[in-house]
Amino acid sequence: MSTATEEKKAPLGGRFVGATANYLDERTSLSGLVKALGRKVFPDHWSFMLGEIALWSFVVVLISGTFLTFFFQASMVETHYTGAYAPMRGIPMSVAMESTLHISFDLRGGLLVRQLHHWAALTFVAGIGVHMLRVFFTGAFRKPRELNWVVGFVLFVLAMAEGFTGYSLPDDVLSGNGLRIIDGMLKAVPVAGPWISYLLFGGEFPGDAIVGRLYTLHILILPLIVIALIAVHLVLMIVNKHTQFAGPGRTNKNVVGYPMMPVYMSKMGGFFFIVFGALVLIASLVQINPIWGYGPYDPSPVSAGTQPDWYIGFADGALRLAPPHLDFTIFGKVYPMGVLIPLIVLVVFIILVAIYPFIEAWVTGDKREHHIAQRPRNAATRTAIGAAGVWFYAILWAAASSDLIATHFRLTMEGVIHALQFLLIGGTVFVYFLTKRICIALQKKDREIVLHGYESGRIVRLPGGEYQEVHKPVNEYERWKLVADETFEPLVPRPNDQGKIKGRFRASVSRWFFEDRLQPVTNAEYQAALEHQKHALHEHGDGEHAEIESDDSKH
Amino acid sequence: MEHDDSKGAVKAYEPSSGLAVSIDDPVQNPGLPPHHPRITDVDPKAAKRAERTIYTLFYVSVAASLWAVAAYMLFPIEDMEFISIRRNNLFIGLGIALALLAIGIGAIHWSKTLMSDKEYVEERHTTRGSDETRAAVVESFRTANEESGFGRRKMIRNSLFAALVASIIPGITLFRGLAPHDAENSPVDLLKQTMWKKGEYLTRDPSGTRIRASDVTLGSAFHVIPESLAGMPHEEGMLNEKAKAMVLMVRMRPEQLIEREERKDWSYDGIVAYSKVCTHVGCPVALYEQHTHHLLCPCHQSQFDVTDEAKVIFGPASRPLPQLPIAVDDEGYLIAQSDFTEPVGPSFWEIH
Repeated sequence: MSTATEEKKAPLGGRFVGATANYLDERTSLSGLVKALGRKVFPDHWSFMLGEIALWSFVVVLISGTFLTFFFQASMVETHYTGAYAPMRGIPMSVAMESTLHISFDLRGGLLVRQLHHWAALTFVAGIGVHMLRVFFTGAFRKPRELNWVVGFVLFVLAMAEGFTGYSLPDDVLSGNGLRIIDGMLKAVPVAGPWISYLLFGGEFPGDAIVGRLYTLHILILPLIVIALIAVHLVLMIVNKHTQFAGPGRTNKNVVGYPMMPVYMSKMGGFFFIVFGALVLIASLVQINPIWGYGPYDPSPVSAGTQPDWYIGFADGALRLAPPHLDFTIFGKVYPMGVLIPLIVLVVFIILVAIYPFIEAWVTGDKREHHIAQRPRNAATRTAIGAAGVWFYAILWAAASSDLIATHFRLTMEGVIHALQFLLIGGTVFVYFLTKRICIALQKKDREIVLHGYESGRIVRLPGGEYQEVHKPVNEYERWKLVADETFEPLVPRPNDQGKIKGRFRASVSRWFFEDRLQPVTNAEYQAALEHQKHALHEHGDGEHAEIESDDSKH
Repeated sequence: MEHDDSKGAVKAYEPSSGLAVSIDDPVQNPGLPPHHPRITDVDPKAAKRAERTIYTLFYVSVAASLWAVAAYMLFPIEDMEFISIRRNNLFIGLGIALALLAIGIGAIHWSKTLMSDKEYVEERHTTRGSDETRAAVVESFRTANEESGFGRRKMIRNSLFAALVASIIPGITLFRGLAPHDAENSPVDLLKQTMWKKGEYLTRDPSGTRIRASDVTLGSAFHVIPESLAGMPHEEGMLNEKAKAMVLMVRMRPEQLIEREERKDWSYDGIVAYSKVCTHVGCPVALYEQHTHHLLCPCHQSQFDVTDEAKVIFGPASRPLPQLPIAVDDEGYLIAQSDFTEPVGPSFWEIH
């Protein structure tokens, strides 16, 4: 490995580290991996940190969850509580509930870990959500990253499944009611509904099997798939290299940023501790899911104003907004539309989210690789679709609190539901058009800044007595961020060899997608604008301000 | 999109730009901006200060970790007091949180102030493998196919596919065991029957004490279970039965009730009993609004009018709540006349 003269010098990190590294490399050829990744360059932007929130929250979920498994018992066998919490002593409950109370009240730090696990789980799903929004609105799902979008989407669904199975484990009133709703939805499924429920619960609802079954899903198979998919997600990220925002020196063919070692090791590693620390801080200060206040599951009692965990809200809200009295019967078989309509709407919604990259690729016909993250305003139609989707989701989510909205704002229950039903449909359409117009207006503003400079806030009085605001040019590095974009134009269907016109549908979709657009600034326009600005400076004759100045009236 | 999809494989090597318009005369990329040194790069004092901040944070972390361990011992919970649990939770938590946050903030401060902030440029390459690699892959598949006869020996291949698919089926079959085999009752039958039967006493939930009709005052609402359910142990399926048999009973003035002719004798002197299981997705319809006689489901806000056969007046539910026919025995206690005459709870495929 080294020559005789070099051996006299101690290797980097000392003889022990050198010997260990040599030992490992001779058996694993690890050096190749470190060479490839050690100084790999990653671009920097605050929004690239959102996915990390999800990643590190998941690590916290794993760590805290493993601790909990040492004490939690996933059994629905009846027992009588004898632990520290006096109001519950003597009450019959399942072993699952009892062991959860044990963790909370009889184990030092147990409540902390339980709350940490729950808060981290909520943050995990939220982290995935905001990360997906970032990827969507910047077009970072475009080729070659469409598959990684799908992987991420599956992770989002799995995270919700993890959350729901975990929520159901303590076997308290709230978790039981959550399962009851799932049971009711399953029973509504045409043909097999009652059988699906019967098999899932091991007999009639609630039975004595469901907690054990959900536990196996929660701690074995779901985490396994999540971990595997996270690995795939990260490997694909490394293979594709991270997207970067347009900026000076940044192109579609390079990555500009800091090296993995030492900068990102320190930043990412540090961020893990910040996420972990913030979650522990929340867990030590803010109570979550106080099951001792709800009591063990019993189908009969319920309290008003109970809420599911936030990520289930949109599904619960969809159930509340379903239009009534649409059930129908065909050949004596019932179709409970009060459940089926929301189910179908939710499934269609999330499938659209999953396949959006492929839809957009089909509309644009674009088969190039894209490594520059777009500014949302520069993809007006996509941003409008995204904003409309966010609105749709948000209204469903708000609907899960329709009763609380009604009581807090002293409105009628019916009024709130009807208003939300209207906002769900009408608001989504309105938000689409509004967002599109805002995006185009912002594009115009960028164009204005590039060609005429920004408003400096300085008012000058001209010889004629007229007051004007001085516009100053932005420097060329800032300006590049505003012009570095491409545009698309609608597809025009043309006759093929047989004289037949094909692809009319695709053309109309494409027209809808791209008709409203701004042409990007050309170099000629840009140079002419610069000339104008110089010219303006001369005419102005403003000796006090040596820098180039311009104002609108001169153009 | 004839022009990019169908012109053969050669085209695929040059990815189509689709509808994108490339400008003939784009503004030129100005290149990387000059590097601006940070204050810690030029001022040794500032660098020293940053260094001090960072190692102080790391030592604070050590102290906070020690504090967390101390808090574990200083704040026991064995006295079974609620306040002890709160303190235990709070002080261990604050210690751990500070220990972790200090590490994180210290590390990031280090990277932002002292580590080099020189930006590097790395070239990207197209994601697809090189032509040689791809040719080699095709070649290895071709050779493997030739050597195995996988494509040529179609009978072997297809029978293998059949065997593989068939081999999954027994595994799926095993999952039938998720729920017990019940020779007498199919899942649908089970959904159609509850514990209520002729002569079953209506009792309070959960105590199981019988209810005299005279105890049910005007405007009151009773949460009711069948007498034989009270005291039933969990392992005999108490919760399963309760999930179907729970009932809400209210009394109104008899003239307020709108009743069909054939249901006239299902109520007793203005007392009516309805299933408490929501016909939407099964939550307990437990909120009774006394002055409107509406029942509200707290889960999805379906509302039922108790005066009018518990018909749905608002919300996503479709079917009225099933009514339990009731009567009184010789001593004036409320009893059931029969089971519900239709399935309780959420609607399902074979409900009729």
